[in-house]
Amino acid sequence: MTANPPPGQPPRPRRSVQARLGETLLEAVIRLAGVSAILFVLGIFFFIFREAAPVLTHEKFKLGQFLGSIEWYPTSAQNVRYGTLALTVGTFSVTALAMVLAVPFGLGAAVFISEFCGPKLKETLKIVIELLAAIPSVVWGFIGLTVMSRVIVRYTDADVGVNLLNGGIILALMSVPIIVSIGEDALKAVPDSYREAGLALGATRWQLVWRVLLPAAKNGLLAAVLLGVGRAVGETMAVLMATGHAVQIPHGILDSVRTLTANIAAELGEAPAGSPHYRVLFLTGVLLFSITFVVNLAADLVVRGIKQK
Amino acid sequence: MRVSPTPAGWRGQPGRLLPLLLLAALGAAAPGCSRPSAASHGHLTIQNKGSDTIVNLAQAWAEAYKKVAPDVSIEVSGGGSGVGLAALIKGTIDIANSSRDIKPSEVEEAKRSTGKEPCDFIVGYDALAIYVHKDNPLEEITFEQLAGIYAEGGTLTHWSDLGVSLPGGRNKIIRVSRQSSSGTYEFFRERVLHNRDFKLGSNDMNGSKEVVDLVGNTPGAIGYSGMGYANPRVKMLRVAVRAGSPAVAPTVENTLSKAYPIARSLHMFTLGQPEGATKAYLDWILSDAGQEIVAQCGFVPVAPNHRTGQARPAP
Repeated sequence: MTANPPPGQPPRPRRSVQARLGETLLEAVIRLAGVSAILFVLGIFFFIFREAAPVLTHEKFKLGQFLGSIEWYPTSAQNVRYGTLALTVGTFSVTALAMVLAVPFGLGAAVFISEFCGPKLKETLKIVIELLAAIPSVVWGFIGLTVMSRVIVRYTDADVGVNLLNGGIILALMSVPIIVSIGEDALKAVPDSYREAGLALGATRWQLVWRVLLPAAKNGLLAAVLLGVGRAVGETMAVLMATGHAVQIPHGILDSVRTLTANIAAELGEAPAGSPHYRVLFLTGVLLFSITFVVNLAADLVVRGIKQK
Repeated sequence: MRVSPTPAGWRGQPGRLLPLLLLAALGAAAPGCSRPSAASHGHLTIQNKGSDTIVNLAQAWAEAYKKVAPDVSIEVSGGGSGVGLAALIKGTIDIANSSRDIKPSEVEEAKRSTGKEPCDFIVGYDALAIYVHKDNPLEEITFEQLAGIYAEGGTLTHWSDLGVSLPGGRNKIIRVSRQSSSGTYEFFRERVLHNRDFKLGSNDMNGSKEVVDLVGNTPGAIGYSGMGYANPRVKMLRVAVRAGSPAVAPTVENTLSKAYPIARSLHMFTLGQPEGATKAYLDWILSDAGQEIVAQCGFVPVAPNHRTGQARPAP
């Protein structure tokens, strides 16, 4: 075909050497960009682990204590202990509370924007929600520390205003915009023929949403929720300011907690480089990394499972 | 104590300070590159290192001094009092910052290795006040009670244990503390808890001002922070070393007379009597202009009649 074009047709334009070279180069660059994500992840893990590793053989460090004890005394004058259980529990409890608050709100807002509201309101809402996503986390933390903490002390019988509830509300407000915009995209991706078919069968709007759209869009909605979880687990500045930064296992939503991220942010700046404290903080980073890795992997498996059904 | 080096008040953790310092260093380096002979035009550098408590104050002094003497640049770094004194003894720096007295062993070592005696300048005082909410009826507190509240194994968990009932009916003591790497945390632990560990579950704030702010917003809270951070929503308690001994209020006078028990001197040490630019810098620090910055940073300035500008040989 390439050698002899059939008569009557114009000869196929030949690409110049330059164009072909450009093509190959561009392909290589794009390939590199694609693979670089893997390189970056491995690289980050490697460097964090390299900073952390020497402490694993340190005499005062016990892995069992690190994972299973709540006693975090990194600079004790008498008995240094590196237990991070309270910090891990803090991270999980704040994230869980934030999701309990954010998921119904976020998905509800996504359904409303996608299915129920008129085009004008829709545009306004989308802009406002994007604005909400653009507020920097330190500003959220500031709101938690000043406004929210006073409200909580006033209207609940909490002893202190910076606590799990405060952090949970702030994190929920931060994750809602992500859940809304990705959830809305997922609902928009459901073909209109589904809606038309549903309405033609005499379904009410609510039945249409509940029985047709949500099942059809569940992959995307799950992704929206998990991205919200990721935002909540990794958030640092806002939780540092809003949760009260106390090392303890919370007994209720009005207790202060400390998260893994906030602990690293608060202490790394002043831990002497290379000291066991510094290395343990990096090890906390490895722990955090592992947690997010497991969450992401689980999410991936769940999504795959749904797809196969 | 972490303090704001400027009245504008950006929080001064070295971790957050570092990027700014790097930027400043880059800015300073740029003209330096085009004029490599700057040093030969009489540009002097004073190396200043030591206590993390003082580092932000020292930074504020160094910045303000640029306007006083533009041809002298002062390089400030932290690391801790011991690190600063060790560097002074080795002769790698000009001024060591320390929030503790020099040890006799360090004086001996300095004499042995350099033949000079370290000279001690007291450049300010750091007094830790015990803060409670303004509506708390408590007026004074003893070291023993503070240890019962803050130390690991301490049994005081409710205000009723201290014989106090708060308006509003809240009873739990909310302990406000500092992050474990802070110098204030260590000083409180050493002086009040006698190096016992803190009880877990305290609200550990990242700055002196944050401690006072949280106490002001929380009716059941108690916290320790520099006395310069007081605001109308909090109350400073009088402190007694033991039950029965007089309780002393954290004031400038009581700090200067050493009657207030949770205070310490802030020192700068030089090797031998300071000379030239170093002497001029220390004289300026002890002048009204320099001491005004001490107050701005939340420390207690040295009383005018103690500002001799003369070095006392260390004991």
